[in-house]
Amino acid sequence: MSLITPDFGLVFWMVVIFGLVFFLLAKFGFPVITSAVKRRSDHIEASLKAAQEARESLEGFAEEQKKMLEETRQERNRILQEAAAAREQIIAQAKEDAAAQARAEMARAREEISAERENAVREIRNQVALISMEVAEKVVRRQLEDTPAQRELIDRMIDEVN
Amino acid sequence: MKVLKLILPLLLSLIVMPMRAEEGLDMQKYIFGHIGDSHEWHIATVNGHHVTIPLPCIVVEYGGVHFFLSNKMEANGYTLDADGKIVNVATGVRPLDLSITKNVLGLILDSLLLLLLILGAARWYRRHDPLKDKPTGLAALLEPVIVMLEQDVIKDAVGPEYRKFSPYLLTVFFFILINNLMGIFPVFPGGANITGNIAVTGVLAVFTFLMVNLFGNKHYYKDIIWPDVPAFLKVIPIMPIIEILGTLTKPFSLMIRLFANMLAGHIMLLSTIGVIFLTAKMGPVLNGSLSVVAALFGVFLDCLELLVAFIQAYVFTMLSAVFIGLAHQSPEPEHENATN
Repeated sequence: MSLITPDFGLVFWMVVIFGLVFFLLAKFGFPVITSAVKRRSDHIEASLKAAQEARESLEGFAEEQKKMLEETRQERNRILQEAAAAREQIIAQAKEDAAAQARAEMARAREEISAERENAVREIRNQVALISMEVAEKVVRRQLEDTPAQRELIDRMIDEVN
Repeated sequence: MKVLKLILPLLLSLIVMPMRAEEGLDMQKYIFGHIGDSHEWHIATVNGHHVTIPLPCIVVEYGGVHFFLSNKMEANGYTLDADGKIVNVATGVRPLDLSITKNVLGLILDSLLLLLLILGAARWYRRHDPLKDKPTGLAALLEPVIVMLEQDVIKDAVGPEYRKFSPYLLTVFFFILINNLMGIFPVFPGGANITGNIAVTGVLAVFTFLMVNLFGNKHYYKDIIWPDVPAFLKVIPIMPIIEILGTLTKPFSLMIRLFANMLAGHIMLLSTIGVIFLTAKMGPVLNGSLSVVAALFGVFLDCLELLVAFIQAYVFTMLSAVFIGLAHQSPEPEHENATN
C-alpha cells in the first residue's frame, strides 16, 4: 500500500473511530475532569482570598483589642484614682463630723454643767437665805417680824456676802 | 566496567547466535511491511513460519457487502495486487475496501485504551469530591497533563473562548499521543504505524480544519473574503485566493508534519534494527559488533521516539489551538485601516 495516497477504507474507519472517541471524550471525559479541576482551582483561589481577608480582619481585631486593653487600663486607673479620692474625702468628712459632734457634745456638757451650777448656786442661796433668816431669827427673836422690808434688807446683805 | 559487563554477554550471544533465518534480507520489503497497512497482523516469524493474526475484510462491490477473514480471501474470490490492495480475481477491479486492516484494528485498540484511561480518570472525579480528596490513580496520572495542556497551551493560544475547544484539542492530543506511543511498542497491540499513515493524519487535519473554519468569528471570514488590502488586489481576487489557500495549507502542514515525523521515526528505528540482519552474512565479527552498535543506537532512537511521540502530539495540539485562536481574534483597531 503506497505511502502518500490515503486508503479510503482507513479514512472511513478513522473518521468513524476518531469521531466516536471525540464524542465520548468530549461528552463524558474531559469536561468532567476540566470542570472539576476548575472548580478546585476556583475553590483554592477563594480560600486563599478568604484566608487573606481573615488574616487582615484578625490583624484589625488585634489592633482593636490592644486599643480596648489600653482604654480599659486607663479606665481602671481613673476609677482607682477616683476611689482613692473618695476614700480620702470620706475619711476627712468622717473626721470632721466626729470633731463637730465632739465639739457639740462638749458644748452641751458645758451648758449642762453651767446650768447645774446655776441651780446649785440658787439652791445654796436659798439655803443661805433660810439659814440666815433662821440665824437672824435666833439673833433677834421676837423683835424681828417677818416684814418685806426686812427680808429685802437681808437679801441685800446676802448679796453683799456673795 | 559496568557497561562493558552488560554489553559483553550480549555481544557474545550475538556472535554465537546462528543467523541463518534471514537469507538476503529484502530491506525495502521489510521496512515497508512494517510501516505500511496490511490485511493481516504479522507478529513474528518462527523458523520460517509466519505467526499472523488474520483480519476481517469488508468489501463492498456490486451493491453487496462481503465479509471474510483475510486468510480466506482466495476462497471468496479476491486476492491482493502488487500494492497490497484487494482486487476481484475474476474482474481485476479494485472494490470498495472497508476492511478492518492492521491500522484500523490498531486504531480501535488504541482508542479503547484511550477511552479506558480518560473515562477512568473522569470516573474518579464523578465519584469523589475534588475539593476534599486528592486525586489518585488515573486521575493523578492524567490531571497534571490535562491541566498543563489546558492552562498553558489551549488557554494561551485560543483565548477567552478556550473552554469550548479544549475537549477537542485534548482529545486530539491524547489520541495522537497514545497512537504514537503504541506505534513504538513493538509487539501485538502496538507496532502499527498509525500516526505515520497519511490517512490518519489527514482525517485529524480535516477535523482541525472544521474546528477552525466552522466556528470562526465574523472578522475571520471577512479577513479571508475581503481583507484589508488595496482594492485592486481584491477586484482581481489575488488576496482572497491566497487567504483561502492559507486556510487549507495550515491543516495540510499539520497532516504532513505528523505523518512525516512518525514515519521517519519508524523507518529510522527499523533501519537500525535491520542493520543486524543485513550484516548477518558478513561474518560474525562485523555482524556482532554492528549488532551491538545497532542495539545501542536502537535504544537511543527509542528514547528519541518517546520524546518525538510527545512532541508531535503537543505540536499538533498547539498549532490546532493557534489556528482556532486565529479564527477568534477581535478586529484590529481602526487606525490600522487608515494607513491602507
